[in-house]
Amino acid sequence: MKIKNQAVVLDNLDWKILQILQENAKQTYTEIGQLLGVAHSTIYDHIHKMEEHGVIKKYTAVVDLEKIGIKHVTAIMTVFTNPQESEKVAKRLSESKEVLEVSASLSENLSIIAKVVAENQNRLHLFIAQSVAPLPGVLRIRTSIITRKYKDERFSIEKWKMESKH
Amino acid sequence: MVANSSISRVLRKVPRENAFYFFTSIGNYTGENAGSLEEFVRKIKEVDAKSLEFHLYRGDFEKWVDETLEDKELAEKIRSLKSLSPSGNSLRNQLYLIVSKRYEKLKGEFCS
Repeated sequence: MKIKNQAVVLDNLDWKILQILQENAKQTYTEIGQLLGVAHSTIYDHIHKMEEHGVIKKYTAVVDLEKIGIKHVTAIMTVFTNPQESEKVAKRLSESKEVLEVSASLSENLSIIAKVVAENQNRLHLFIAQSVAPLPGVLRIRTSIITRKYKDERFSIEKWKMESKH
Repeated sequence: MVANSSISRVLRKVPRENAFYFFTSIGNYTGENAGSLEEFVRKIKEVDAKSLEFHLYRGDFEKWVDETLEDKELAEKIRSLKSLSPSGNSLRNQLYLIVSKRYEKLKGEFCS
């Protein structure tokens, strides 16, 4: 990995390491080294540099909440805002523990899209009514409760690299 | 006769975090809100009837009137409206009658 004009440039080995870590972040340096045919110390150096420069933001566990008996409701909330207040609304939403993701959209009016999780529908409504609707600049809110998930995957570097070659 | 201090409390403008926010269903905010009894009366005439139905049957109106505006008498009247199971514009008209009558009464008593 190099820094060129203040931008991070990954080398071929970095890309390969990222692909492997995306599949299973619990693999050891030795295991990754064996897969790629390089020394574990080389893997350590590359991973350490990517962590240091924020390329690898964190390692996390994907927990199946149903399996451990945690009942919850997930919803996608679109918050239409006054353009001057949009940034502040997004920041306030990002601070809430009920909000998992916050993004800005320019599709129709300026809006903030957030993924929200709550214990049940009533708690979800209370959160939106008491903590989101009163925020200055909020014009209206549309919320869709997710009833079934058909696919749930993260952005795949491997797939993106393959497609960008064509 | 209700004491002037109690009336002014019911008629006061509340901070935005304590205002009533009108939704049409779980998480769907209409953009309309009321920060006082006077505004509440006006909004009953303006908001989608679906929103009135949503909040009446969840008990949101009576809760806000009781806990935020601190008007137990009006809260009780709104609560009893539920038993008649009104909907649509019939609900709007009945709710408006109850709330506007109470508002005019309190305003009259406060001024006299």
